Amino acid sequence: MILTQQLILGVLVGGLYGLAAAGLSLTFGVLRVLNVAHGELLMLGGYGTFWLFTLWQIDPFLSLLGVGPALFALGLILYWTLFQFVVKAHEEVRIKNSLLIGFGLTLVFHTLAIRLWTADERAVTTAYAGAVIKMGAFAIPLVRLSSLVLAFAILTALHLFLAKARWGRAIRATAEDWEAAALMGIPVGKTYLLAFALGTALAGIAGGLVTVSYSISPSIGLEWTLKALIVVVLAGLGSLFGAFAGGILLGVAEATSAVLVGGAYREVVGLVLFLVILLVRPQGLFGGRG
Amino acid sequence: MLEVENIQVSYGALAALHGVSLTVRPGEMVALVGPNCAGKSTLLKTIAGLLVPRAGVIRWEGKRLSGGPPQQIVERGVALVPEGRRLFAAMTVRENLELGAFPQRAQKGRRAQIERVYGLFPRLFEREGQLAGSLSGGEQQMLALGRALMGLPRLLLLDEPSLGLAPKVVETIFAILAELHREGMSLLIVEQNVQAALNLVRRAYILEGGKIVGEGEGQRLLQDDHVRAAYLGPLARGSSA
Repeated sequence: MILTQQLILGVLVGGLYGLAAAGLSLTFGVLRVLNVAHGELLMLGGYGTFWLFTLWQIDPFLSLLGVGPALFALGLILYWTLFQFVVKAHEEVRIKNSLLIGFGLTLVFHTLAIRLWTADERAVTTAYAGAVIKMGAFAIPLVRLSSLVLAFAILTALHLFLAKARWGRAIRATAEDWEAAALMGIPVGKTYLLAFALGTALAGIAGGLVTVSYSISPSIGLEWTLKALIVVVLAGLGSLFGAFAGGILLGVAEATSAVLVGGAYREVVGLVLFLVILLVRPQGLFGGRG
Repeated sequence: MLEVENIQVSYGALAALHGVSLTVRPGEMVALVGPNCAGKSTLLKTIAGLLVPRAGVIRWEGKRLSGGPPQQIVERGVALVPEGRRLFAAMTVRENLELGAFPQRAQKGRRAQIERVYGLFPRLFEREGQLAGSLSGGEQQMLALGRALMGLPRLLLLDEPSLGLAPKVVETIFAILAELHREGMSLLIVEQNVQAALNLVRRAYILEGGKIVGEGEGQRLLQDDHVRAAYLGPLARGSSA
């Protein structure tokens, strides 16, 4: 009984894990840089939604139309000012340098958020915040269900973009072999920029959904980076829907463990899953290549 | 016309090309032969913009080509079919071809151009929906060539188009190259199959140790003692006796 209810909640939070991971997976898969500030970008997106609601009573779901493009723009700026210098290096150096930049950004955004908005936990409470869908003995919170559906819809749209659009295909080509992509006349720098900004926008949107379904504070960044990383390792690179499924898997695993062994071990479960996957199937559950 | 003037290229401290000059006249098909590590691939990559020369200049149709990014060079009608084909293995045959038409210049006519490529290589049409990684070596080379043609090049650079292919497939590929030449395209072909290459083209260069050491008509080079000894092997020498 409790287990089933927890499973439902696990699936719902898992969709957001998946959305957060999809952004990280996109930047890592295309640029081969690991942006550990991904969770901080998510946090910034969350504050965007929070302030739009608090100051101007803009519906949190509607606010994503502003938060997404704003974080996309922030992604452009971060790429121009920082990451474009990293991607010129060889792959191993890239990852190391991107880690340094990412940790630096994490500190900056974290401190900035505390200075600007205090360390308080924030959430938005809409008129429909308490609405649930009753299914027998179980209750599905409407807001979280909407977040899950929205997350899935956004990933579907992104998938279609990557599969069909001229620039989407250019991103996939660059991810597979940037030199061959350059020989096709694809401006590799521009596809890097686009992929990075898209990844940032995904983080922002995920943040907005976290704000409406749960709560945010300046310190949630690292936790979300970690969740996204676990999901990327769990699912493997290359598939957006793989990331979504991996997110749900992590959500369900956490929820199950909370019931079976107690909530205190919630965070440990993800890390154990992380280690097991690295040992047993390092390419991830849905990853084709290493 | 492609004019390569005295270019020098190095990888870090290691010099790969020491002042190489060559020309490909409009509509001409030229071969570049030489031993491994002579710098043939380096030269093609430099023309395509993947490497930047330390000195010297490359001109195409009278205007400077070297120094620009690869996409600008593709936009100006110069395409490289790289060594090892470098297909997008996780994408279908058709997606690979459509990516070849990425330049703005090639976008509008891409449907007609795909039909043309399928006309040249009916096998690619049969395999349209398959992943490029699942094709045979010969089909992959056809796709690499077709993909380059999608960008509507006027100068086609080919790096070892016959490498690792069955003789029958090499024949097909070379027949297509000859046809492109007849249609007026300029071609510069790097080949390890020296005999076949020199038979295919009117004019060829020999690159050794990062320097051009010989130039001339293909047929005359086939009779040249140095070429026979270095590239055509004992069999060819024996047959001349």
